[in-house]
Amino acid sequence: MSNSPTTPGIQPGRLSPDAYGAHFDDLYPAYDPHEAMVAADRCYFCHDAPCITACPTEIDIPLFIRQIQAGQPDAAGKTIMDQNIFGGTCARVCPTETLCEGACVREMAEGKPVEIGRLQRYATDSLMERPDHPYTRAASTGKHVAIVGAGPAGLSCAHRLAMHGHDVTVYEAQDKPGGLNEFGIAAYKMAGDFAAREVEWLLGIGGITIRTGQALGRDVSLDALRAEHDAVFLGTGLGDVNQLGIPGEDLDGVRDAVDFIAELRQTDDLSRLAIGRDVVVIGGGMTAVDAAVQSKLLGAERVSMVYRRDRAAMSASDHEIDHAATEGVTILTGATPVAIHGQGAVAEVEFAYTGGDETFRLKADQVFKAIGQKLVPVDGLATEGRKFAGVPLAGVWAGGDCTGGGEDLTVTAVAQGRDAAEAIHADLTGNGI
Amino acid sequence: MADLSTNFVGIKSPNPYWLASAPPTDKEYNVVRAFKAGWGGVVWKTLGAEGPPIVNVNGPRYGAVWGADRRLLGLNNIELITDRPLEVNLREIKQVKRDWPDRAMVVSLMVPCDEESWKAILARVEETEADGVELNFGCPHGMSERGMGSAVGQVPDYIEMVTRWVKKHSRMPCIVKLTPNIADIRKPAEAAKRGGADAVSLINTINSITSVNLDDFSPEPMIDGKGAHGGYCGPAVKPIALNMVAEIARDPATAGLPISGIGGVSTWRDAAEFLALGAGSVQVCTAAMTYGFGIIKELNAGLSQYLDDKGMTLDQLQGRAVPNVTDWQYLNLNYVTKARIDQDLCIQCGRCFAACEDTSHQAISMSPDRKFEVIDSECVACNLCVNVCPVQDCITMEELPLGAVDERTGETVREYANWTSHPNNPMARAAE
Repeated sequence: MSNSPTTPGIQPGRLSPDAYGAHFDDLYPAYDPHEAMVAADRCYFCHDAPCITACPTEIDIPLFIRQIQAGQPDAAGKTIMDQNIFGGTCARVCPTETLCEGACVREMAEGKPVEIGRLQRYATDSLMERPDHPYTRAASTGKHVAIVGAGPAGLSCAHRLAMHGHDVTVYEAQDKPGGLNEFGIAAYKMAGDFAAREVEWLLGIGGITIRTGQALGRDVSLDALRAEHDAVFLGTGLGDVNQLGIPGEDLDGVRDAVDFIAELRQTDDLSRLAIGRDVVVIGGGMTAVDAAVQSKLLGAERVSMVYRRDRAAMSASDHEIDHAATEGVTILTGATPVAIHGQGAVAEVEFAYTGGDETFRLKADQVFKAIGQKLVPVDGLATEGRKFAGVPLAGVWAGGDCTGGGEDLTVTAVAQGRDAAEAIHADLTGNGI
Repeated sequence: MADLSTNFVGIKSPNPYWLASAPPTDKEYNVVRAFKAGWGGVVWKTLGAEGPPIVNVNGPRYGAVWGADRRLLGLNNIELITDRPLEVNLREIKQVKRDWPDRAMVVSLMVPCDEESWKAILARVEETEADGVELNFGCPHGMSERGMGSAVGQVPDYIEMVTRWVKKHSRMPCIVKLTPNIADIRKPAEAAKRGGADAVSLINTINSITSVNLDDFSPEPMIDGKGAHGGYCGPAVKPIALNMVAEIARDPATAGLPISGIGGVSTWRDAAEFLALGAGSVQVCTAAMTYGFGIIKELNAGLSQYLDDKGMTLDQLQGRAVPNVTDWQYLNLNYVTKARIDQDLCIQCGRCFAACEDTSHQAISMSPDRKFEVIDSECVACNLCVNVCPVQDCITMEELPLGAVDERTGETVREYANWTSHPNNPMARAAE
C-alpha cells in the first residue's frame, strides 16, 4: 500500500486494508440480549407516552419495549412494523434525539433517555431473523396500483397495499430498489447490506413486483401509468441536486455529495474508492455530514464542512454534527463559497464571510456539493420550490421527500407512504374518506 | 459512632447482624470469611441427628424472582439442612468459636421429634461452647415431609413439647425459629414461650413456586422435569416478616419475648425497621447470598449513622415503633391528606394519571402539555400515585390542618375519631 492520508490528489487506498472494515462497520453495534434487557428496564411505560407522539409513524414504543422486557423481542418488532415497515432502517438512521428519545421523560429526569433507537433495532432484527414474513395478504381485490420509486415512501406504500390485497408494481429508476436507504445514507449506519436485506424481507409479503431501470418521464409516463393502473403513488424522492452557480464549479474534483455517497454505498472494495487529501464539503445537512465523515473514514487527511449560516441553522442534527467533529471533520459556519480555483482540477475553494466582503481560501483537491436536493419535474404536475406543489390528479397520490412536509426524514416518508396506501385502499374499495 | 454491640438473651455480638442459618453458614470457611468481613454472629446451618448425612438434589436448588435490571427480589430454595457429617460441623463450630470469641455462635438444630434425639444432639452442641441453639421448626420443604421443620412448627403443641425438652437438657439459650406458613403467627410464638424458649426468630421461608417453565411445564427450579415447592425469602418477603414480628411484639401474651428478626433484610434501613418493631437482633441471608459478605460494612455504617443522626442508642430504637402498630379500627378517620405533585420534580411520565384514572378515583388531571395536577375534590388520599411515581418525593401526601375543609366530602377536619365511635358502625360505643 503506497498511498496514505497525506498522499496528494484524489487517491484510493489511503488506509491499510483492514481499516476499511472497521471504519465502515456499524456505528452503534446491535445490542446483545443482556444489553437490551438493561436498556428496556429503564422504560417507565408512560401514559400517552411523549415518545409515541414524537414519532412520525406513531410506533407504540412503550408497548414494544415492554414486549422486550417480557422476553419477546420479535413480538416487539411486530409492534414496530405494524406502524412502520421500515422500522429496521429507522432504528438505524432516525435522528432519535430530536424525535422519540428527545421526548423521553428520562431525558428530563436524568438527561439520558431510554435508548429507543437501539431497542428498536434489537426488536426489528429479532423479527427479521424469523424465517416467516409476519404479514399476510388479504384476499385479492383485483386492483392494481403503480408506485413510482422503490424508496421508503414507495415501498411502505407498496407493502400496505399488498396487505390489503392489491397488486402492486413499483417502477424504479435505479438498477436496484431501496432509494436513499440503498444509495443515500452513510454506510456505517446501514452496515451489512441492510438496505437490500430489508427490501427483500419486505417483499416477502408477496404481490409486489419491482421493475428497475424505469424512470418516470424517460421509460414510463404518468399518463400511461394512470391508464394502466387503478391508482398511482409517486414516491420519486428528490432526484436532482442544487448547484452552487459559482466560477470553477466544473473543475475536476468538484462533485455532488449524493453521487459520492451512492458510489461509496455501491462499492464492493472501499480501498479502491479514491478520496482527496484535502476535502471540502459545502453544506449543512445530513448529506453533507455523511459525505464529510465518510471522506474522513476513507483516509482523507483534512476534511472541512462549510456552511453559509450558523450552526443552529444547520439541518443536520446536533448528534450528527457532534459525530462529524468526533471523527475529525472541521466544521466552519458563516462562510459562503464564492469561487473554486484551480488549473483543470480544483486546488482551493474561496469563501466569503456571510454578509461581509472578507474572503479566505481552503486548500482542496476534492469538493463535495451538498447544498440540497430537488425534484425532477414531472409533466402534468406543478412544482413549488424543490417539491411537488400538490397532486391534483384523480387517482394519483404522492409522498416522501418529493412532497411538502417533513424534513426529508426516512421516517416521515414511511408514514406518508403508509397513509397514502390507506387512502388508496379506501378509494379503491369504495370506503372513501 | 453509635455503639452497635448487642446482648440478645445473653448472646453477645459486636453488632446485631447475624447470618441466618443457611448455606452461608454451612462451614468454617464461609463463617470465617463472614467474621473477617465484620458480621456480628452466625446461626450455623442446621445440624441433623447423628447418622448418614443428608442428601441434597444434584440439580438446581434455587429459583428466583427479579425486578428491573434483574435485581433479585425473591429467592426460593429446596436445599435441605447441612449435608456434611455431624462431627465435622461440630469440630468446626468449636474451632471458629474459639478463634472468634466475640462473635455470636448459635447452632441451628433439627432432629426427629423425640426427646432422646434432642437430648443427644444438645449434649454434642454444648461441647462446642457455642452461645446458643436455634430450633429449626420452619423449613417448609423436604424435611417437613419427614415430620421435622415446619411439620413441627405448624403444631403449637409440638413446639412447646420440643422447646421444653431443649430447656430441660441444655443450659444454652434457646431460640425457636418460626415458620410463616401458618394462619396466626402468635400461636406458635405463645407455644414457644410456654415451653420456656428464651426467644423466637422469624420468619423462616415461605412455601412458594417462583415460576413455571413454559416449555417443560414444570415449576422452577426444575429437577429432571419436576419441581417441588421451596422456601421463599429475600426482599419480597420483608413486609410479611415485619408484620409477623410486630404481631408477636404487640400481643400481650408474647410481648417482651425477645425476637430475632429475619426476612429480606438487605440494607441498614431494613434492619432498623425490624429493630423498631421489637427485634433484638436481625438475621440476614439472601442479601449476603446476592452481594457477598461485603454488605456488612453498609449495614453497620448505616445503622450507626442513623442512630447518631437521631441521637438514639440501639436500645432506644428497639421496639420504638411497636406502640404505633395498632388495629384498623383505631386509625384516625379524621386524618385527611391530599396528594401533592411537585411540578419541579415531575418528569411527566403520567403514571400517576394512568393509575388514578384507570384504577382509582379520577383525581388527577392531565393537561395537553402534560401537566398533572391533583383534583382535591376527588382525591381520597389512597397513596397509589405516590407508589407508582418513579421519582422519589415528587408526589407526597399533605395533611389538611384541623378546621380545613375536605373538598371531597365537604366536611371540616376535626379531632381524632376512629371507627369504634363512627355513626356508621353498628357496634359503635356511645360517646361518653
